[in-house]
Amino acid sequence: MSSGHVALTSPEALHVTGIRKSFGALEVLKGIDLTAMQGDVIAIIGGSGSGKSTFLRCLNFLEHPSAGTVRINGEEIALARDGHGNLAPSSGAQLRRIRSRLAMVFQGFNLWTHMTLLENVIEAPVRVLGLERKDAVWQAEALLDRVGLGHKIHEYPSFLSGGQQQRAAIARALAVDPHAMLFDEPTSALDPELVGEVLKVIRGLAEEGRTLVLVTHEMGFARDVANQVVFLHNGRIEEQGPPAELFGRPKSERLGRFLGNF
Amino acid sequence: MSQLAKPVIDADVTEVQAQVRPPALGRWGWLVLAAFAVYAAASMRWDWLASYYPKLLWGLWTTLWLLVVTTALGLVLAIGLGIAQAAGPRWLALPARVFCTVIRGTPLLLQLWLLYYGLGALFAANPEIRQSALWPVLRQAWPYAVLALTMSYAAYEGEVMRGAFLGIAKGQLEAAQSFGMTRWHIFRRIWLPQAFRRALPTLVGETILQLKATPLVATITVMDIYSVAAQVRQATYLTYEPLILISVVYVLIALLIQRAFAAFTKTHQTRSPR
Repeated sequence: MSSGHVALTSPEALHVTGIRKSFGALEVLKGIDLTAMQGDVIAIIGGSGSGKSTFLRCLNFLEHPSAGTVRINGEEIALARDGHGNLAPSSGAQLRRIRSRLAMVFQGFNLWTHMTLLENVIEAPVRVLGLERKDAVWQAEALLDRVGLGHKIHEYPSFLSGGQQQRAAIARALAVDPHAMLFDEPTSALDPELVGEVLKVIRGLAEEGRTLVLVTHEMGFARDVANQVVFLHNGRIEEQGPPAELFGRPKSERLGRFLGNF
Repeated sequence: MSQLAKPVIDADVTEVQAQVRPPALGRWGWLVLAAFAVYAAASMRWDWLASYYPKLLWGLWTTLWLLVVTTALGLVLAIGLGIAQAAGPRWLALPARVFCTVIRGTPLLLQLWLLYYGLGALFAANPEIRQSALWPVLRQAWPYAVLALTMSYAAYEGEVMRGAFLGIAKGQLEAAQSFGMTRWHIFRRIWLPQAFRRALPTLVGETILQLKATPLVATITVMDIYSVAAQVRQATYLTYEPLILISVVYVLIALLIQRAFAAFTKTHQTRSPR
């Protein structure tokens, strides 16, 4: 199930328009547009309840938006109304194909607890992308080595620290050679002393030109690594631009106040 | 693809149970058993064993295969009942729940008789079934024993599996979804293995209970080991000896079940999350 003959890359890694999402009467996202060009590193910041995580989850349809369009790597995801008035992908096959190259890293790591790190990393390449097991293992060893876990490949997640688990989860995400990577507060569940090791790995990904969209509370990191920062407030983009601008001269009062908290 | 499961808090309640091992016999237990064996051999009558042992062995075989077959079939059915209740559409979840409730709420003996005397009589009254190729099987008692025992195991374990499926952390499934896995793939590779590990500690007890339910089949003419012992009692007027013998046999099988599960658990459940 490789992308084979279709154009491998479009200049736009990700392009979404008019994303809205309501939970009952509560409208969490009120129309969000975002474009990530290849190699962009976009940091989404905002207070709790601003809708950042919900927005990220709408990109791979773990959450079904109420309105909007999503185009990944030039391909628009076909949508249809589901029974709850939300938009659900109308083709399961298309959704799975797009998801398979749009890796997500979760706040709670979500490594599969019954599998070793190696098994976690090769699962999707072998069983979703159809890679030869031997090649997948070889690749997984290299990736786990890269995130500093080469000596732990046969360990189970529960025997590792949070930082190690998150690095393994990043290796798992890298194993599908993603077009873009989504990070949902990747360091929020970590003890402070473990944050650095994970950020270092993510920084490495940014430096090698990968397209990253990350929801984060690490302002210093966003400032250093992102080339675009999006400030969400109450389900809307309040301010958006290069980090030097947003952090250096916030235009909106809300952003100024938000940054003042750090 | 929609969400696979309703949101669940990832409380690892069953992980605690996993640590609790059923008590084994232990050194003193074996010693007491040995002392009793010596006493029994010396002062009780065992001469009937010479003429009855082929029947006893055959009865033992019947008990064992009934146990193994109904446990295996019941477990497969339980997985279906569990997932139907945990994540199935309403038209599947409701019948599954009713099935579990009714079977768990009525005596196994009653179910056995309803199947054997009720269903069996209906079959016998139907000429089409009487002439079918299945009749030589359906006119025997064991199919009804297998059915009743299987349903019983499935209902109890189906309830456990329901909880085990719901108990899995939602993020485990979301991670699988986010990699583009199909529903079936997620079920088979992520959800079921984790749910099964959670249910494993209950399987030992449930299987031993199943063993102890097997003598009921004697009431519908299946010749298990209990039924052979009852025959011996009638033929020899001995009260205790046959019962003591099969008690020992049941204890030994129960110990065997514990050993087997302990070995299996050791290889499959050394990794508890966190």
